Amino acid sequence: MKWFARPSRLRAAGMLGMNERNIGYIGEYNPRRNYPLVDNKLLTKQAAEQRGIPVPALYGVIRYQHEVNAVLDVLAGREEFVIKPAQGSGGKGILVVVGRRGDRFIKSSGREIDAADVCRHVSNILAGLHSLGGRNDCAMIEALIDFDPVLASYSHEGVPDIRVIAFKGVPVMAMMRCATHASDGKANLHQGAVGVGIDIGSGRSVRAVQNDILIDAHPDTGACFADLVIPHWERVLDLAASCVEMTGLGYLGADVVLDRECGPMLLELNARPGLAIQVANQTGLRNRLTLAAAIAARAKGHDERIALARAQFGEAG
Amino acid sequence: MLSTRVRIELVAATLILVGVGLMVYKVFFLGFPLLPGEYRDVWTIESKISFRPGDGPVEADLTLPSELAGWVVLDEHFASSGFGFTVTQDETRRATWTRSELAEPATLYYKLQAYRQNPRELEQRDVPALAVPLLTADQRAAMLRLIEVLEAKSSDRTSFTQLLIRALDSRTTDPDGRFLLSTWDEDSGDVLLLTLALAEIPATALRGVRLEDGRRRQTLSTLLEIHDGERWQVFDPRTGQAGLPEDFFIWQRSEDAVLNVSGARNSRLEFALVSNSLPSRSVLAMEQRSGRYALLDFSIYALPVEQQGVFKGLLLIPVAALVVVIMRLLVGVKTSGTFMPILIAIAFIQTTLLLGLAIFLGLVAAGLWIRGWLSHMNLLLVSRISAVVIVVIFLMSALALTSYRLGLDQVLSVTFFPVIILAWTIERMSILWEEEGPHEVLVQGSGSLLVATLAYLAMSNRLASHLTFNFPELTLTLLGLILLLGKYTGYRLTELYRFRAMGDKP
Repeated sequence: MKWFARPSRLRAAGMLGMNERNIGYIGEYNPRRNYPLVDNKLLTKQAAEQRGIPVPALYGVIRYQHEVNAVLDVLAGREEFVIKPAQGSGGKGILVVVGRRGDRFIKSSGREIDAADVCRHVSNILAGLHSLGGRNDCAMIEALIDFDPVLASYSHEGVPDIRVIAFKGVPVMAMMRCATHASDGKANLHQGAVGVGIDIGSGRSVRAVQNDILIDAHPDTGACFADLVIPHWERVLDLAASCVEMTGLGYLGADVVLDRECGPMLLELNARPGLAIQVANQTGLRNRLTLAAAIAARAKGHDERIALARAQFGEAG
Repeated sequence: MLSTRVRIELVAATLILVGVGLMVYKVFFLGFPLLPGEYRDVWTIESKISFRPGDGPVEADLTLPSELAGWVVLDEHFASSGFGFTVTQDETRRATWTRSELAEPATLYYKLQAYRQNPRELEQRDVPALAVPLLTADQRAAMLRLIEVLEAKSSDRTSFTQLLIRALDSRTTDPDGRFLLSTWDEDSGDVLLLTLALAEIPATALRGVRLEDGRRRQTLSTLLEIHDGERWQVFDPRTGQAGLPEDFFIWQRSEDAVLNVSGARNSRLEFALVSNSLPSRSVLAMEQRSGRYALLDFSIYALPVEQQGVFKGLLLIPVAALVVVIMRLLVGVKTSGTFMPILIAIAFIQTTLLLGLAIFLGLVAAGLWIRGWLSHMNLLLVSRISAVVIVVIFLMSALALTSYRLGLDQVLSVTFFPVIILAWTIERMSILWEEEGPHEVLVQGSGSLLVATLAYLAMSNRLASHLTFNFPELTLTLLGLILLLGKYTGYRLTELYRFRAMGDKP
């Protein structure tokens, strides 16, 4: 592999660069006033529930410092849960507890922490440590996703999620993000999680990439990505496309998780989805975005947009 | 309706053109130096008028020099204790000192500073009417013979004048020349002028000072100026050399006396000369005081020297901002905090680069260690950061004190590091370490330091500081560039690396 790609080659592949994404799509199609709905996970969750979009159950919200100890009441009797800042970004400040041992909590990585650690974590969230610009924040306590066993072998110590980029209500590109030992159970690609490109048409895997390098199998579990098919694919696309209508953002990334019981659920939305999805799919976003704009102009409704997208962007198409 | 892109491009192009245009104007029309390395020779010419007391009221009248042949007078001073003093301006400027009576010898001073902005020829002027010289019969006969001989040898007025100068040289062998010289007891200047007048060549004397660094008791020198039919030309009456010498400061363009003193005896006019090589910008600063150019009046030179220093620093920040924009938008370097690198770079300017880097790394490392210890204390975020702020201040004081004891003055400047920024950096780095591991800390930390170092190099560059200070309008140009870069949609350099796996087969 070469050290650098030639710009002409990237352009030929239709790769979207950070600058073009920021100016041409985020700046152009995402009105600033609609950001809070996306940046604040609590607002996203409420809006999604109103529209009947499934989301993980909310156990409680801690808004003020004096309530911090109340977190223990919320957690009473709960074996597994997730605490996250409502306005965090890039997966910062998310505490995943998968079990309890007496008074102590077991994190997804297997490390044990005590109640004081949990309280400190909540307190840090409230002070805005993990939020954009250090704003005061609130902490959400959510149900842990009991993820679909079909995907279990593709993730190590964490929940795999599916990122779908939608433009004007048209699903454009998708990727599954699998946690690895290197990513410490988090699904962030720049921390070493694996990104698996997913075919929009079929929900099958296209290519997998870790740290910008193409791979065949999960480095920890050894599961081969070629066999991967995302269950309930139709529903995942439907969910992602609905979010465009919900938020009024033209260009967004929807993070969807597959629950064993409830099927696809919306985890969070992102107004500034990253670009690594292009490497995982081995194709650029730019051409697809142009095509998606045409589809959006042509299609009569939500379902037709998805159908056209599947035909257009699917491997068969 | 124009698209935002075109609008931005128009605005940016206008800004860039205005900035560059003003700069070009200042360089070519106001004589601002484009490069920092330029120094100007500024001459301080002190004229000393001394005389002995006579009877009754005293009046000393000095013709003041006018700015000719590209010379610019920066500053003048008159010293006239006990004398009434006026400066009058009709055809030429004149300074007049008056006193009702004088008991002791007196000395008056007129000092000026001048430099030759753009050396050029002497300004042309009208040809005066020729006056027929008053001569004795033998003088006239000798002159006519001389003129006849020289006219036969010469082709035009220029060569005639040069031949004449040689013929009236003190070493001349020409009999008529020798005769003419013997009938005038003063120097040959008057003979030259009279002969030229008889030959119907308009000519005048050019009075001035020969510039010689460190010279005292210099007296006025005379050059010869003739009209060759088309234009005025200057000759050295001793050597016949044509052209205005570089080292000649013109005082007056006629043979009239420069100094007239009445009511006193033994008046003398002497000059003392000093040359200073000054950076062009100081010269301009001095020139500004004469307030002739509106653009200069609005320049930074109009400010007191202290404020100039502040602006010098402020005007460099856009340069650093451009570096940050380039590194982030074109290269794609990750930094911790968008403009943090600029603040670090400003601190580096005070401490010098290597020392600054060492201090920064030292402080952040120590801060991280202490922050790690503080995190066990289970404190609230705000008070934890405040604690880090105080610890950082303490570390800085300790460093400053130790270095003072060791006699290292430079380290004292650690105080220029922005404490709050440093504390936040430590806090963020520590969080980053916990959440994303040391690798990310290394990436963002070294990114910040790389950009800070480049910003420092750009800001401490002599050319950059010269340009931003002398041409503050270039800030508009920088703004235009930054606006344009804000619309750059191409790939970042790091993306070429990041997307290098495109099209590869695993």
